Amino acid sequence: MIPLHYILFLSTALFFIGMYGLFTRRNIITILMSVELILNSVNINFIAFNKYLYPDRLEGLFFSLFIIAIAAAEAAVAIAIIINLYRNIRSVDVESADDMKF
Amino acid sequence: MIGSELVFYILSAFILVTGGLAVTTRKIFRSAIWLLFCLTGIAGLYFWLGMLFIAAVQIVVYVGGVVVLIIFSIFLTQQAGKDLPPPIRSRAILSALAVCIGFVLTCILLRQHSFGVATNPDLADHASIAAIGTQLLDTSEHGYALPFEVISLLLLAALIACIVLAIRSKPEEK
Amino acid sequence: MPNTAYILLILLLPVFGFALLGLFGRRYTRGFSGVIGTALLFVSTLCALYVAYKYFSGNTGMPALRHTYTLFEAAWLSFGPDLSINMGVLIDPISAMMIVVVTVISLMVHVFSLGYMKGEERYSTYYAFLGLFTFSMLGLVLSSNIFETYIFWELVGVSSFLLIGFYYDRPTAVAAAKKAFIVTRFADLGFLIGILILSFQAHTLDFGRLINNLSSFEHSPFTEPPVFLGLPLVDWGLILVFIGGAGKSALFPLHIWLPDAMEGPTPVSALIHAATMVVAGVYLVARLYPLFTLTLDVQQVVLYVGAISALLAAVIACTQTDIKRVLAYSTMSQIGYMMFALGTYRLFPPSLVDPKIGFIGSMFHLFTHAFFKALLFLCAGVIIHLVHSNEMKDMGGLRKQLPLAHICFLIACLAISGIPPFSGFFSKEEILSAAWRADRFIYTIALFTSGLTAFYMFRLYFSVFWNKPATGHPHAQPLVESIPLVILAIGAAFAGFIPFSHLLIVGGHPSVHSSIGLNAVPPVLIALLGIGIAAWLYYKQSDRPQKAAAAFRGLYTAAYHKFYIDELYLFVTKKIIFNCIGRPAAWIDRNIVDGLMNGLATATARISATIKGIQSGRVQDYAWFFFVGIAGLAILFIYIVK
Repeated sequence: MIPLHYILFLSTALFFIGMYGLFTRRNIITILMSVELILNSVNINFIAFNKYLYPDRLEGLFFSLFIIAIAAAEAAVAIAIIINLYRNIRSVDVESADDMKF
Repeated sequence: MIGSELVFYILSAFILVTGGLAVTTRKIFRSAIWLLFCLTGIAGLYFWLGMLFIAAVQIVVYVGGVVVLIIFSIFLTQQAGKDLPPPIRSRAILSALAVCIGFVLTCILLRQHSFGVATNPDLADHASIAAIGTQLLDTSEHGYALPFEVISLLLLAALIACIVLAIRSKPEEK
Repeated sequence: MPNTAYILLILLLPVFGFALLGLFGRRYTRGFSGVIGTALLFVSTLCALYVAYKYFSGNTGMPALRHTYTLFEAAWLSFGPDLSINMGVLIDPISAMMIVVVTVISLMVHVFSLGYMKGEERYSTYYAFLGLFTFSMLGLVLSSNIFETYIFWELVGVSSFLLIGFYYDRPTAVAAAKKAFIVTRFADLGFLIGILILSFQAHTLDFGRLINNLSSFEHSPFTEPPVFLGLPLVDWGLILVFIGGAGKSALFPLHIWLPDAMEGPTPVSALIHAATMVVAGVYLVARLYPLFTLTLDVQQVVLYVGAISALLAAVIACTQTDIKRVLAYSTMSQIGYMMFALGTYRLFPPSLVDPKIGFIGSMFHLFTHAFFKALLFLCAGVIIHLVHSNEMKDMGGLRKQLPLAHICFLIACLAISGIPPFSGFFSKEEILSAAWRADRFIYTIALFTSGLTAFYMFRLYFSVFWNKPATGHPHAQPLVESIPLVILAIGAAFAGFIPFSHLLIVGGHPSVHSSIGLNAVPPVLIALLGIGIAAWLYYKQSDRPQKAAAAFRGLYTAAYHKFYIDELYLFVTKKIIFNCIGRPAAWIDRNIVDGLMNGLATATARISATIKGIQSGRVQDYAWFFFVGIAGLAILFIYIVK
């Protein structure tokens, strides 16, 4: 039997992998992919808690559902912004989008 | 029992490996594909946990939608063939360090907390689609009708926003 | 007792004139400024004469007993019960005498300037400044406490600066004004420190109480007065106050500004640098006379500084060729006389003669000197206007062209040389008898100096009015220029007959006036000898002066160059003070003080530049900070704050 905290270790590891990608990657689209990983790790958490702590309830499932929906919408908007940015600065390197500085 | 444990270990290894590859590979297209595999692995995990509906939604929305969207955007920004620039060395080391520390910290916290898991969950007992649907549109106390409507508004707003953001204005000089 | 209103009128009319002419003179009253200024001062003079008359005649019956009246006192700055700077008016014999001198001479100068400064573009400004000066000088003599004196002292210095530098487009005038102001300011530093010491010791600033407290202080057998470097502290205070007075009165070695101050208009020289401002130092010592006579050290300082100044100035004046500079050195010499007379008190052996004769002689000489020196300067103004030059070699044989100026100049020269029955004889007589009784050495110096005085004054007289053949017809002189000359000549001739010793009683005791006896003869003989030598050398044009100068060649050159004192000062200031103190101080100011400030600013800017790097515009940096913050807070709240 897999204890709950094994699944939580998994989701934590996935979260921090996503965070590593967020810090390290230079392409905006890959940063978006890392954000998707983070969101998915949160989903795993919710589902695991729902299954292990409240087996007769559905709250965790609904949370995950809504997170998926919102993540999808957010990814769409992010892609639109990336495309707009690409049209303006002709690059998707995050280092070149640094106009909002001191 | 040992079988489901084995399945879990394989699934989690798959998820972690593909996730790690997704954030470290130099070629962007491969990164998208590794992401696809990672999300599929997560869907598999949901299947293993017995949450069939969420697993299906994961595949449909994430794998079939988001990753495709990402691949489209890769094409639109003409990045498909090029190599990704390597990360700045100092930043890579620092982030790896921070991430490891964060992971260790969180794991310690998790181990110290007792989650009050009373019984073994019955992984086979999955919620029926009918129950999910009823509760989703329920207007009573535990219903999710309001978030459902709000989400649809959000999706509408996102739709319009994407169109407005990505629209290419006609060139004026003609 | 004359009521306060008259006395305040004396003070306020000139300053009202200053304000009126200063603010509105240029635009509205261009031509009338002179008349307005003169009219205001005329009323002020009448009030002063009235006040003096009432004061000196007020105690008939009593054997010449004079009191000191503090007529008016208002607390101006009050720091505490002990320490309060009041503004007040003090009438005592010397202040009553001084207001007469100041207002009369100022009135003469005002009237003379109506003609002399006619056509001057800044006519109203000139009269405004004259009004300011008269007010300041009157305030100085009428002050009731020592700090008020200091305030008016500085005001007089400012007026002098403004008037010396009146022709501000001439660089020499500007330099002279600066020099006057800086030298007197430097002396005023001593004055201020002296004021602080004296008022600290006496716990008061008021003259009456100051004198009382310090006189008893010195003689108290119970408390040991504080001593600094061997001298009691009160003596240091008095010496410092004397330094202030020496600066303003152009005594050695702070005399360097007076000859240069002749760059101002001639009536200004008559008023300020002959009759009134330069005697402010003498007046100050006279005002604090009971304190200055307490110890021998202070008396000797006063005595020797005065005597050296008198002799030095007389020697230098024998060689100068600029008419105004001769008169300037003559002023310095006469002030030296006044000053050393104030230093003879302590040296008197016990005798029937009142040792205060030095004081009386000094004040008497101040009075008569004002008249004949102002007269000399105004005549010099007339001469300069005619000849358009200050140099003696451009003059000569002017007695037919300027008959009135000739007579007046002659009267003044006779007065200054001490020939009876002119006024100078009587006042110099008192001073010399004080010197005779005090110190024989000083007496010989004074006698020799009076001979030199007669010599150089008549050198000047003969060079201007004789020497060359007299030609020409009388030059038309406006009435406004003639009247002051006549009035001053009458004063110079007859002022000697005023019985000063009856008027100037110090401390309420009548003094014994020394009768004019045999000891009056040597000065007159020396003076006649000096006049004779001057006549022999300068009556007719000859080469005798050059031969005489060649005979004394070394001394002559030194005296001609004013004994190189100016050069010494320049050397000290430029080579020593500028290089050793000024430049390092400037370096410290620029590099260390400014450097510190600039360094602080630069450091702040650099820190700011570093900090603003946080706002790098890169999303991942922001994510990094986000994460660090959350991790930090998490650790903080989970582990540290329980």
